[in-house]
Amino acid sequence: MRRGVRTAVAIAGASALIALAGCTTDPSVEPADEGDGGGEESSQEWFDQELYDKQFEERDVVPEGPEDKPYLQMINPEMGETSEFKAEGEKKMCFANASISNPWRQTGWITMNEQLKELKKDGVITEMETRDAQDNDDTQIADIDYFISEGDCDGFIISPNSTAAITPAVERACETDKPVIVFDRGVETDCAVTFIHPIGGFAWGIDTSQFLIDNLSEGDKVVALRILPGVDVLEQRWAAADKLFGEAGIEVVDYFTEGDPAEIKKVVSDELAKGDVQGIWMDAGDGAVSAIEAFEDGGKDYPVMTGEDELSFLRKWKETEMTALAPVYTNFQWRTPLLAAEMIFKGEEVPTEWVLPQSPITAGDLDEYLDRNEGMPDGHYAKFGGEDMSGFPEVWQDRVIP
Amino acid sequence: MNASAAENRSDRLMTLVRRAVDPKGIVLVLLIVILTAIIVLNPSFAEPGSLMRFIQRVAPIAIVAIGQYFVIVSGEFDLSMGAVVTAQVMTAGHLIGEDDTKTGPVLVLMLGIGIIVGIVNGLATTLLKVPSFIVTLGTMLVIHGGVMWWTGGTATGNPAESFRRLGRGGIEGLPVVDLLPYAVLVLIAVIVFAVWISRRPFGQTVVAIGDNARAATFAGANVWRTKTFAFVLSSLSATVAGVLLAGYAGVHPSVGQGYEFTAITAVVLGGVVLGGGRGTVLGALIGAFTLESLFTLLNFTTVPATMRDAIQGAIIIAAVAYSGVIFAKRRKRPSASDIASAPDDATTSARVAEKPMTTSAGTPSSIPLTGGDGADRT
Repeated sequence: MRRGVRTAVAIAGASALIALAGCTTDPSVEPADEGDGGGEESSQEWFDQELYDKQFEERDVVPEGPEDKPYLQMINPEMGETSEFKAEGEKKMCFANASISNPWRQTGWITMNEQLKELKKDGVITEMETRDAQDNDDTQIADIDYFISEGDCDGFIISPNSTAAITPAVERACETDKPVIVFDRGVETDCAVTFIHPIGGFAWGIDTSQFLIDNLSEGDKVVALRILPGVDVLEQRWAAADKLFGEAGIEVVDYFTEGDPAEIKKVVSDELAKGDVQGIWMDAGDGAVSAIEAFEDGGKDYPVMTGEDELSFLRKWKETEMTALAPVYTNFQWRTPLLAAEMIFKGEEVPTEWVLPQSPITAGDLDEYLDRNEGMPDGHYAKFGGEDMSGFPEVWQDRVIP
Repeated sequence: MNASAAENRSDRLMTLVRRAVDPKGIVLVLLIVILTAIIVLNPSFAEPGSLMRFIQRVAPIAIVAIGQYFVIVSGEFDLSMGAVVTAQVMTAGHLIGEDDTKTGPVLVLMLGIGIIVGIVNGLATTLLKVPSFIVTLGTMLVIHGGVMWWTGGTATGNPAESFRRLGRGGIEGLPVVDLLPYAVLVLIAVIVFAVWISRRPFGQTVVAIGDNARAATFAGANVWRTKTFAFVLSSLSATVAGVLLAGYAGVHPSVGQGYEFTAITAVVLGGVVLGGGRGTVLGALIGAFTLESLFTLLNFTTVPATMRDAIQGAIIIAAVAYSGVIFAKRRKRPSASDIASAPDDATTSARVAEKPMTTSAGTPSSIPLTGGDGADRT
């Protein structure tokens, strides 16, 4: 008798646990599995109409600046005065980096170090001390505070790990009256001299979903492969794409894969077992090749696909001649912060918000970018922008992380 | 006559029910329920070809779970498995490249790496007396960091097709199944080997050590050698999984990430007790299949992406909690039926009655499938 009661309690507990699991997620982030209506609701949390409209327009703006130096180009710049920072002599920059935990950041980090070598020759920026926060907010806050109190820094470069958490630390850096340069992810303060970033996540989402919509017809199915939830730059890509897919009547299911190719292959194989899939959308290109291989192994026609400018994807695209687009989250932005620092110490104006171009690689450019990056490893990013530096191409080919 | 036949049938039915609620049987029931649900949602899953593809996909996790089984049943943990998988995948991508002729030598090198990692884990745990949780956490970080430093976080490219065929391809043009993936053959070989070795003295000793290392030492078991061998088996299984994954998914630094926890979860789900001393190879295998089919089931349903992890976690906790409750109860009050069902194991029953709280390695197995390899009868 008692045994029966305890078993019943265990089973009741287990089912409560499962029910509980169902409640733990905010209903507003449910993806659109049923019908069109849900599509717009699902990613509403991250949707910002004003920012969407701004980025929508910036996609078509011809950037100002030297044509052969995309890392110095700017979109709709509002220049800011920097004469207060003008100074003679050698300068030491302190760089609080969020992490080098993915191939995109690794590629950028290599490029940044090459840029530093070039700048040392000018005698302005002669030293850079770097702390890597390893994807941790607390570590990065401590890093910034260390730089402020003991770093002996002439200026700060900060690539924030997350937006809200790092804001107070950036403000403390600004209070030192030394120039602060923020790049990649943003913070909730405009105290920095310049904030350097490519157009943004909505532009990515618009470019990619528009490409799929143009190449598919209403009712076709797209599998969206996403890295993880809750990261603003990634959520904005999805928010824009999900909205446009919904409006165009494209059926879309989304999955989180953390960019693991084994996971991606399973997900795509299962989707192919359920029914035909006409398109693949990715919020970042990691593992793109295994998604394509799932179609090959399943004996299905290649999908229309958007990946990223990672070479593994570009090479597979070339080999299969599939219909594809490689959106770009401008990797050459890693050159700009040090160049901006030099301009600031020289007293030259820099944009308060430095928007770099972010144009996808199309079928027309594919060969050109493959040629330029011949011999580079698979995880290298085609638009890394370091072709004119003295370490090219060996440094990126050997990929020795500084 | 008629009455006795009916009684017989109801008896058999009762036995079946008892097996189903048995903590070892529950995972098998769970597996069958999940597979049925998948087939209901997507009937084409039941086709032999799809099933083969499914087994091909589970193979790496199942192999890693079997390797982890030997370490866990000996009372230790191997947290370095995921890093070993990553290291092997990256080694393959980096060294083989497009050169077919390098496949053989690099495979040998990879096996060598696997053996060395296992020996280091084993010796540091047994001779230096560092808890395996810390040792393998350390080797995990060392291996991961080393691989990142060496490769710069990305491989040169995918290895040659001849290498990848092992994980990606198979014997084509067969009747019924159409394609028999090599990964399935590798998995079968690993299972046969693991079941065989768990019946050998090593398999018996490793369980005895996990149950009570002191007692096993007094009985003449060589603890350090046995445990080290268990660690070597574990990292070799991670190596084999790495070879399969490099073929199946391709080369990427995130391949293998989290595999140590997937393996531990699968092993526990399969009724192997953390802390050692109880469990079977086939239990670990069924655990791996259950876990992976659970992931697949969620792919076939319209569960929102953000909610999947939570549901997976809840089901895993429920399944393990269920067997925990039953085991705890059984240990306190060995009922007459339990003793009756294992008349040949009277000593065990006596031991249980005499020392109710012991984690006995000799708990009579009431389900032949998990008891089949004999590893839980020391």
